[in-house]
Amino acid sequence: MAKTIEEINQKIKKGQAVVFTAEEIIDVVREKGLKQAAREVDVVTTGTFGIMCSSGAYFNIGHTRPRIKLGGGHAYLNDVPAYTGLAAADLFLGANALPDDDPRNRIHPGEFIYGGGHVIEELVAGKDVRLVAAAYGTDCYPRKRLETWLNIKDLNEAVLFNVRNAYQNYNVAVNTSEKTIYTYMGILKPRLGNANYSSAGQLSPLFNDPYYQTIGIGTRIFLGGGVGYVAWQGTQHNPAVPRTDKGIPKEGAGTLAVIGDLKQMSPRWLVGTSVVGYGCSLTVGIGVPIPILDEEILAYTTVTDADILAPVIDYSDAFPQLKPDRLGEVSYAELKSGKIKVKGKDVPTASRSSYPLAVEIAAIIKGWLAEGRFELTRAVAPLPGAESDVKCKPLNERPIEESDL
Amino acid sequence: MPVSKKIVLRFPRRLVERPIVYRLVKDYDLEFNILKASITPEQEGLLVLELKGNQKEYDRGIEFLVKAGVKIQALSQDVTRNEARCTHCGACVTVCPAGAFRVEPRTMRIIFEDEKCIGCGLCITACPPRAMEVHF
Repeated sequence: MAKTIEEINQKIKKGQAVVFTAEEIIDVVREKGLKQAAREVDVVTTGTFGIMCSSGAYFNIGHTRPRIKLGGGHAYLNDVPAYTGLAAADLFLGANALPDDDPRNRIHPGEFIYGGGHVIEELVAGKDVRLVAAAYGTDCYPRKRLETWLNIKDLNEAVLFNVRNAYQNYNVAVNTSEKTIYTYMGILKPRLGNANYSSAGQLSPLFNDPYYQTIGIGTRIFLGGGVGYVAWQGTQHNPAVPRTDKGIPKEGAGTLAVIGDLKQMSPRWLVGTSVVGYGCSLTVGIGVPIPILDEEILAYTTVTDADILAPVIDYSDAFPQLKPDRLGEVSYAELKSGKIKVKGKDVPTASRSSYPLAVEIAAIIKGWLAEGRFELTRAVAPLPGAESDVKCKPLNERPIEESDL
Repeated sequence: MPVSKKIVLRFPRRLVERPIVYRLVKDYDLEFNILKASITPEQEGLLVLELKGNQKEYDRGIEFLVKAGVKIQALSQDVTRNEARCTHCGACVTVCPAGAFRVEPRTMRIIFEDEKCIGCGLCITACPPRAMEVHF
């Protein structure tokens, strides 16, 4: 018998909801069978904790006396440039932003010790952050310079807004060249010296709802240790990729844009990140509870690492040159065993995302549901699905001719 | 009884030009493998060695170094993991040439076996949250 989200929320309020993590549910359904488990289980919780580059935050710092218009000026938070294309007191800070004087890759590989992601982590940790801003001055906003300490508790708004997180599947990165390369997928040793992957696999949110039946716009989630929401499909959302018989995408597919109040988040779940030779970023913890409305939804949550396949991509050639070439497909069960076979060679594997912390996130949501602190939401609109015409396209580059100008 | 230990030696300026390690081989029959060596601008020498030999000779060799004025420390105290920053992702596992990191199969937590560490420092920059620290 099908359940409704309202019925599940009633049980959550009474502290009676039956909740399992996406890891636990595999054995529950194996023991009880799908029919019985679907009757008994109300929610399955998921989690993922990885480097999510398209992350950032916006702030309203409050107006100064006399007023300054940051919009159109320049602003730095701990020397990291923030975007000032908004109005007078609003700033946006991207996780990848770097201080102007960071050496970057001038001495390759650069270390990228401090950037936007680190500023976000420090703000969330309650540390004071230095704002230095310059503006051009207007009749209504006469001030031209501002240097002040900022603390998250004094900001009008501090909102995490990540335009692409929680990728449904990802590449396995290898290097077939003769030299070590430094990529966002980590240090890749020459001649297939190692293989790096980045997904929580069977615990990852979108693997447990592969056709976005419950996760949609407006879904309430765990974000950075606090409560957030799915704002939209993430950028590069690409639902129409090849899938397995069980509906699992065989490469990067769906993504989420997420939003939430930074003030209730925690530096444990938003970690400033340095990717050697690549740049700065933010490691983000996300978890989504899946309401078990029927047997089909439950069946999808029983996905195991052995069911999920990821493409092996050469980051010394195919990736940078945007070629479609693949060196094969491997399952997350193989990846987690510590080695995979690529072109007949045993290649040791390492993860970029943290499975232990993904497990912890799924358990935290379970705790919130048990305490009645978190209620499930019905999506206000679905994410574009596998049958939609939404596609992630490469740039159609059109050279600009002198005669065009 | 044979022993093999990884140690960090710090040479004051006055010893930098003396053939100290040579004496370990010649007088105490110790076998060494240099894991790291540097001289700072202030002319203090730093040497990370794996030192092998008989316990008795090893002890006498160490005694010789101390008497000569070399400061000695076990290597495992020099590369440490900041547990509060480690996210147990695994980025260090295949980067470490000494196999000092391993994945606990059930929990996927990353175990750092500091006795295997050779102090090369590759994990320091490879670690995304920069949880690995070196104290040379």
